[in-house]
Amino acid sequence: MASKATIITDPDPLTGKLTWDSIPVHDPVILPVMICAILGGLFLFALITKMGKWRYLWEEWFTSVDHKKIGIMYVIAAIVMLVRGFADAIMMRTHQALATADSVGAGYLPPEHYDQIFTAHGVIMIFFVAMPLVVGLMNIVVPLQIGARDVAFPFLNSLSFWLFVVGALLVNISLFVGEFAATGWLAYPPLSGIEYSPWVGVDYWLWALQISGIGTLLTGVNFFVTIIRMRAPGMKLMQMPVFTWTSLCANVLIILSFPILTVTITLLTLDRYLGTNFFTNDLGGNQMMYVNLIWAWGHPEVYILILPAFGIFSEIAATFSRKRLFGYTSLVWATAVIMVLAMVVWLHHFFTMGAGSSVNAFFGIATMIIAVPTGVKIFNWLFTMYKGRVEFTASMWWTCSFLFTFTIGGMTGVMLAVPAADFVLHNSLFLIAHFHNVIIGGAVFGYFAGLTYWWPKATGWMLDEKLNKLSCALWTIGFFVAFMPLYILGFNGMTRRLNYYDNPEWTPLLIIAMIGAFIVAAGIAVQFYMGFISFKNRKQNMDVTGDPWNGRTLEWATSSPPPFYNFAKLPKIHDRDEHHYKKEHGLAYQKPEKYSKIHMPSNTWAGFVISAFSLSLGFGFVWHIWWMVIASFIGIVASWIAYSFDRNKDYYVQVDQVEEIESKHLAAVAEHAAKNGK
Amino acid sequence: MGHSNEHGSGGAAHGSVKEYTIGLLLSLVLTAIPFLVVMYDMASPAITLGIILVTAIAQLFVQLVFFLHMNSSSEQIWNTTSAAFIVLTVAIVVIGSIWIMEHLNHNMLMGH
Repeated sequence: MASKATIITDPDPLTGKLTWDSIPVHDPVILPVMICAILGGLFLFALITKMGKWRYLWEEWFTSVDHKKIGIMYVIAAIVMLVRGFADAIMMRTHQALATADSVGAGYLPPEHYDQIFTAHGVIMIFFVAMPLVVGLMNIVVPLQIGARDVAFPFLNSLSFWLFVVGALLVNISLFVGEFAATGWLAYPPLSGIEYSPWVGVDYWLWALQISGIGTLLTGVNFFVTIIRMRAPGMKLMQMPVFTWTSLCANVLIILSFPILTVTITLLTLDRYLGTNFFTNDLGGNQMMYVNLIWAWGHPEVYILILPAFGIFSEIAATFSRKRLFGYTSLVWATAVIMVLAMVVWLHHFFTMGAGSSVNAFFGIATMIIAVPTGVKIFNWLFTMYKGRVEFTASMWWTCSFLFTFTIGGMTGVMLAVPAADFVLHNSLFLIAHFHNVIIGGAVFGYFAGLTYWWPKATGWMLDEKLNKLSCALWTIGFFVAFMPLYILGFNGMTRRLNYYDNPEWTPLLIIAMIGAFIVAAGIAVQFYMGFISFKNRKQNMDVTGDPWNGRTLEWATSSPPPFYNFAKLPKIHDRDEHHYKKEHGLAYQKPEKYSKIHMPSNTWAGFVISAFSLSLGFGFVWHIWWMVIASFIGIVASWIAYSFDRNKDYYVQVDQVEEIESKHLAAVAEHAAKNGK
Repeated sequence: MGHSNEHGSGGAAHGSVKEYTIGLLLSLVLTAIPFLVVMYDMASPAITLGIILVTAIAQLFVQLVFFLHMNSSSEQIWNTTSAAFIVLTVAIVVIGSIWIMEHLNHNMLMGH
């Protein structure tokens, strides 16, 4: 941890601020984690080497520009980071349950460690769990839903992914080398300025977010262009599946809001590195400008997370109610309205910080208005289920749990939108309970529903339904046990981020909340077990037809997993629920008259290598190791130039290979149909 | 890369020499006007400021139309729509920020 003794004001030319003291071997909490991480890493390395899989990983995955594989890698990375972020959550809940002198002691985490944990928890869960799950699912699904063969810029897609990985790695490195920010997840100055956070924690935060944020921005541009330009012939905008629509709106928000994040972080970086005074207390600096700008990005960000989840629920509700989605047009317009309104509500994150009544009233009313299109959507899903033949599969369980949980979270959000009420509730645990209620009950349940729904599409085998439902139940119960007490504690005046409190009346509720966190932990454990069991028994649970749920949209017309080129012949679109239409009219699974060769992008080393240089760039900046920064920058530019001279950018898949792959799938479908007497 | 050729052409249209010439001339005129007004003290400060602002914004549109070829034809509709939306959003963020900061400065007595 950053004791004053370890802070070096005069960086060494070779090692910068880095010394042996920077590695927290003396910390009883971190040391075991570090040993486990090193041993685990060595074991993984040895295992891959022993199995001789490095070449396979490099050629088939690390250099892949295939959107489906990149999507799977995003999901895997997100699951790893979920474990890390959830470990932080468990530590906070157990600490707070113990952190009052009158009952059982003062907790076990020293303040500077506790502060880093709540910061890391927020940063990881938003940037390195929720974002990669959104982007991962978009990668797996969107090109398939619109009948495209890949995204518009496949190399940029690979680069986006690896830049995201760099951000995640920097956050994890900070655990073992130096420290992480202890400022809260949005690092408000002046606390995050060099004067009050003199060591490297905030720098890790800056570079992790800057590098992964650029990756996200590239993703936004990539998917926007993909959806606008690469839809299958005949697919009008109002025929796009709802998940594609919500992804489109989320990507518009990425394009609009992430530059604000980039600029804001850059200004704070200049303050910390070059002594400028954008956000300092003196010399004309204004820290409120930081709060204003970071939320001008931060509020659209929450809609970037939730809109795709809304799309997922729409797909699932329609499929398992065996009906057309109720009110498609209203749902699309509600999404578009949310997209626009998401840009005009950011002030509600700092009602209490000095704006006058006219400003607060404007943003409060805008916030209440945005609840209206969201409410419209709830009714869309309810009426889709109404009089449908609803099948309660696991993804439907997640959807129903969402409807229930998210509605409560949405209503507490409207309460917080009233400025007068916010003056009481701001920065209290009521706020914490509210945003976990919408992020877990809305976004995360949505991603789990989506993972359940599209898992067979991505992997070719099904997840165990029973275990999935069990984990849904545990997550739901755990959520309510963990967060309902926080609403009450917020009303009772408990503020967020407390390392210690002296009101023993809060302890029982905090113990209940801790029990809730452990129930959620059980839910996560069941999910891992489900993954393991489903993988082990995958031979019995293969998805042979590619359409295990009797789906409605285009992705279910391909095999599972789809061939690398997705569609042998680009489909002609007749209907919004294209695959359903084809099945109804006997047009599905038809062999085309002839196949033609397919133009595909080649794999490339460039995304991985440029990102590897970005990692050393970020690390060099964090520790003020300037030779490393310069060398990495040269490396990035040189790799980019080398890549632009690489002529092996694309190739053609030959007709006989396409024919072989397609015949195999059509035969499997025919055999399955014969077996089931259809 | 990709296979956008299967979806018809579109995106950036290329203008003619005539278009570029008109654009250049208009830009020169719109630059000369405020320049002359300032050089020869032709108006009061407030009016000068107004003229600079108006000609600057007019030139912005001239460049968008004649150099970046934005118009309402069907190939360009996406470019134009997204440009309009971006202008709207930037306006919201900039005007909103100024409004908010003005309030905060006033209420928090910053700079006093």
